[in-house]
Amino acid sequence: MSIQIAGQHILHQFDDDLESTRNKVLNMGGLVEKQVENSLIALVNSDSNLAEQVATNDYQVNAMEVAIDEECNHIIALRQPAASDLRLVVAIIKTITDLERIGDEAEKIGRYAVDLASEERNELYFAELKSLGDQVKKILRDSLDAFARMDVANAFETAARDKQINKEYDVITRKLIKSMTEDRESVERGLKVMWCARALERIGDHAKNICEYVIFTVEGKDVRHTSFRQALEEFEGKA
Amino acid sequence: MSIDTPALSEELLSGKESKILDQEDICMECHDFSLYYSEKQALFKINMRVPSKRVTAFIGPSGCGKSTLLRCMNRMNDLVDGVRLEGKLLLRGEDVYDRSVNVTDLRRRVGMVFQKPNPFPKSIFENVAYGLRLQGISNKREIEDRVEWSLKRSALWDEVGSRLQENAFSLSGGQQQRLVIARAIAIQPEVLLLDEPASALDPISTLKIEELIFELKSQYTVAIVTHNMQQAARVSDYTAFMYLGELIEFDATDRLFTNPKEKKTEDYITGRYG
Repeated sequence: MSIQIAGQHILHQFDDDLESTRNKVLNMGGLVEKQVENSLIALVNSDSNLAEQVATNDYQVNAMEVAIDEECNHIIALRQPAASDLRLVVAIIKTITDLERIGDEAEKIGRYAVDLASEERNELYFAELKSLGDQVKKILRDSLDAFARMDVANAFETAARDKQINKEYDVITRKLIKSMTEDRESVERGLKVMWCARALERIGDHAKNICEYVIFTVEGKDVRHTSFRQALEEFEGKA
Repeated sequence: MSIDTPALSEELLSGKESKILDQEDICMECHDFSLYYSEKQALFKINMRVPSKRVTAFIGPSGCGKSTLLRCMNRMNDLVDGVRLEGKLLLRGEDVYDRSVNVTDLRRRVGMVFQKPNPFPKSIFENVAYGLRLQGISNKREIEDRVEWSLKRSALWDEVGSRLQENAFSLSGGQQQRLVIARAIAIQPEVLLLDEPASALDPISTLKIEELIFELKSQYTVAIVTHNMQQAARVSDYTAFMYLGELIEFDATDRLFTNPKEKKTEDYITGRYG
């Protein structure tokens, strides 16, 4: 049963509660996107001030997670949601956990950016991190877009892109290992770059999770740890 | 008395009942079962199966036919003027409405509990013993044992065991309802029909009844009509959603409440405009 976003509850207050919580998730998503973007700018431009700002702003993301979590608890306790309403509330609770973790990854990138800003730059790696970062920003934006519109087709398409991010991360890792093996002096810096790449790869995973929650909310199907291709074929067969 | 039971074909089930019941022992079944109150049709070709020793809940808005269907299961509609039936309603493969069926025997096998507790104006003991005496049991010891067993099974013994001779009306509403359930199970029916059994009770008494329903299903097939969807979700294994006399959806309760297949079900259980 696909979610009926348009169908209104007889109890209007319930619609207001769900809408207000959904909007807060989107605001949180916007803030997290900004954090990721700033952490990347700080990293690529060696801007330690901006990097510090990202690290200190993470508390806002955490506070939003706590507030939305509490609203979801209220909805469950007071409204006893069922079917698509229940799936939406569950998806929100899971989505904000992933968003909070994306916030943590951005904070990590910010901290490494502060360290890296004071060290000698290796332009090659920064170019590769920027390329990976651009893909990660895009997958995050599209996953939040799929959530905002409850767009399953977009969620499938976006989630599938996580594979490409993982591949690119592997390429960066291999190059870094090679360079660190050849030049021991570069190990400390190389590790920080690798952790940044790792943080970006993790953000891609979290974005993919958000897409999976969208599919769960709309289709009532849990596609985690299953064959994505099969789920997609079933969806396309139905559509 | 036995009639040939047609195998439930895919066509009969018409997609409204999934194959979830394939592993279950079936107690009651409806085949194209329709009911008319004079000209007005109240049930439209219901096809469903009620599994044995499970709790099956019937939900739906007022007037959807859920109580009517439940009342058909032990022929409570027999005395209603102008009632006409079509199709079949089977208990263990035998037609409940076959001419050869003794209605008193049927109601012994299929007991019923109503919305409002209706104990007899007698002592607590006599309320439970009454059905046993009607059954022809006269051995005092046997009656005492069965009364105690029934009151224990209905989770009432600890509260009334020491005052069995008091009038049943001295009990609270929740206790009276459990007494009525004790009266129903004393004669060891196969099926218990519960028509809104907790809607007149406070939340704690309601939970006691729900706990009791859970206990009872190890021995009886339970069919419950309820307006309280959370109650259906809490107590039942299977749920049937009815609307305007039709069976819209039948499924395992956890699936029906998390991912219903029909839009009408979704709208009803999420409290939306249909």
